[in-house]
Amino acid sequence: MKSSELTGNEREAVAGEIDPFEAALRLGDVKGRSPWEDAWHRLLKNRAAVTAAIIMGVMILVVVIGPWVISWDMDYTDWDHTNSPPSLANGHWFGTDAVGRDILVRTLEGGRISLLVGFVATIVSLLIGVSYGAIAGYYGGVTDRVMMRLVDIIYALPFMFFVILLMVVFGRNIVLIFVAIGAVNWLDMARIVRGQTLSLKRMEFVEAARACGVENRDIIRRHIVPNLLGVVMVYVTLTIPQVILVESFLSFLGLGVQEPMSSWGALVSDGAQDMESAPWTLVFPAVFLTVTLYCFNYIGDGLRDALDPKDRL
Amino acid sequence: MTLDQGLVRQLTRRLLGVVPTLLLLITVVFFLVRVAPGGPFDTEKALPPEIQANLEAKYHLDEPLLQQYFRYLGQILVLDFGPSFQYKDWTVNELIAQGFPVSLTIGGVAMLLGFVFGVGIGVGAALRQNSAADFTTMGFAMLGVSIPNFVVAPVLILLFAVYAGWLPAGGWDWSWRSAVLPVVTLALPVIAYIARLMRGSMIEVLHSNFIRTARAKGLPERQVILRHALKPALLPVISYMGPATAALITGSVVVERIFSIPGLGSYFVQGALNRDYTLVMGVVLFYGVLIIALNVVVDLLYSILNPKIAYEEL
Repeated sequence: MKSSELTGNEREAVAGEIDPFEAALRLGDVKGRSPWEDAWHRLLKNRAAVTAAIIMGVMILVVVIGPWVISWDMDYTDWDHTNSPPSLANGHWFGTDAVGRDILVRTLEGGRISLLVGFVATIVSLLIGVSYGAIAGYYGGVTDRVMMRLVDIIYALPFMFFVILLMVVFGRNIVLIFVAIGAVNWLDMARIVRGQTLSLKRMEFVEAARACGVENRDIIRRHIVPNLLGVVMVYVTLTIPQVILVESFLSFLGLGVQEPMSSWGALVSDGAQDMESAPWTLVFPAVFLTVTLYCFNYIGDGLRDALDPKDRL
Repeated sequence: MTLDQGLVRQLTRRLLGVVPTLLLLITVVFFLVRVAPGGPFDTEKALPPEIQANLEAKYHLDEPLLQQYFRYLGQILVLDFGPSFQYKDWTVNELIAQGFPVSLTIGGVAMLLGFVFGVGIGVGAALRQNSAADFTTMGFAMLGVSIPNFVVAPVLILLFAVYAGWLPAGGWDWSWRSAVLPVVTLALPVIAYIARLMRGSMIEVLHSNFIRTARAKGLPERQVILRHALKPALLPVISYMGPATAALITGSVVVERIFSIPGLGSYFVQGALNRDYTLVMGVVLFYGVLIIALNVVVDLLYSILNPKIAYEEL
């Protein structure tokens, strides 16, 4: 290579004026891998997590699209085929319940509600937890101590009892389910976010922002919260199955969604009552529910392994 | 470890911290149950107004709310939870005294099984990290964490009671046969959870320097694991077990309902649905006190198992 073809930096490097590594950096020859790319590669190597993610994707597609494709309605009662076992001949692939409703379409519709509750209630807990934790961590001092002491106190309260109590007090209604579950599920999120914020706020870029006169509120919104994304993502994937579980638990006790709506928990509860005569009414919703929880847990585990800076040895 | 001054001071501070927590709990639950529409004496056929008034006077429900609240606080100070509204002739203290031994037995045995098997499986998997056996057991453990107990319970009943006929499908008569299925239902997720926790922390501990030192000194592997690694690796398990034990021994609502067991768990939902104010308050408070007490125990165990954490810092 003739020296005339070299750029200025390279000439400097060849002449030994700066070291080649720095020259390469200045040129952009070395493509730096962002922490996100690193995490992504680690995640793809985790076969359990990838399989779980694929299954979950299929599950969501089936649950969302399925009810439109299937010819049965979820509350249509087929009097010719009550308590029918799974059968291809009469078109009820998963069988029917005691009043002739198609289990397949009910399982899918129930899945819509269960997943919806899972996502929405998690978002509620995410909003409360992230803002609470970020504010406590960022302001520190007395604010932090008072806010976290409150979390400690609430932590010692029996949660399930509160959710049950809220459902009994305010009646069974789906919006309330979102809020009730979300409102009692934000404590862990607040603690984790606070811990991260404590270390983030000492970073140079936050100091730089402060030196530029950016207001505290904007620093939290623009600089702190986006950097919490990794931790929050891991936590969200682990919260969704918890929330789905709480909802199905409530529905199982008869405190969750109301007829004609249904959720996996409600279907399992119905199925458990008829399991001796019609085990398929229990088995199908139970399998869908379990597979979903199983997949979410694996995805969460995989994300944690991929994003947890502690593991990056 | 001797009971020195630091520990006593620490305990006192912890116990003082319990007061605001309990006060908040009492206050929130007290007003929440009373906000709920309907009252404890609503029946299909409306009671004559005189009788309704008499009933309310008897249970002090005619007083202003604040007065009722302070009356209740006074009662709590002498550990009197008051009479149940729904179970006539029963006080809440008597109901708890009757239900708790049942829940304690089932939950306690389940927790014991969970601890023994969970720790065993977790250590075993950690020692064979990334082997086929490790992946298989951890796959099952994840399944155990994922399957809700209201799915496990009916399946167990179907298999062992309905099809095989070996065990009763429900009911409770203090015999081991009636305890097997509920205990197993409760223990499975605990085993799975503890196994996962234990495996993770054991792997971390086995990579630490003091284990390398112990091995370098030529200690037999058995001793390295049992004497050196096990203790620090147990810490996360211990902190999980505090609140989990409280939840288990106060009775699982689901398991008690499915197996028709007369424990504490069923009182809570029944109480809330019947607006049995005193019963709901009693059960919630009882549970709250247990959680707090067990958390204190966990913290103390922590300082014993891990001398690095001085109890001053707790």
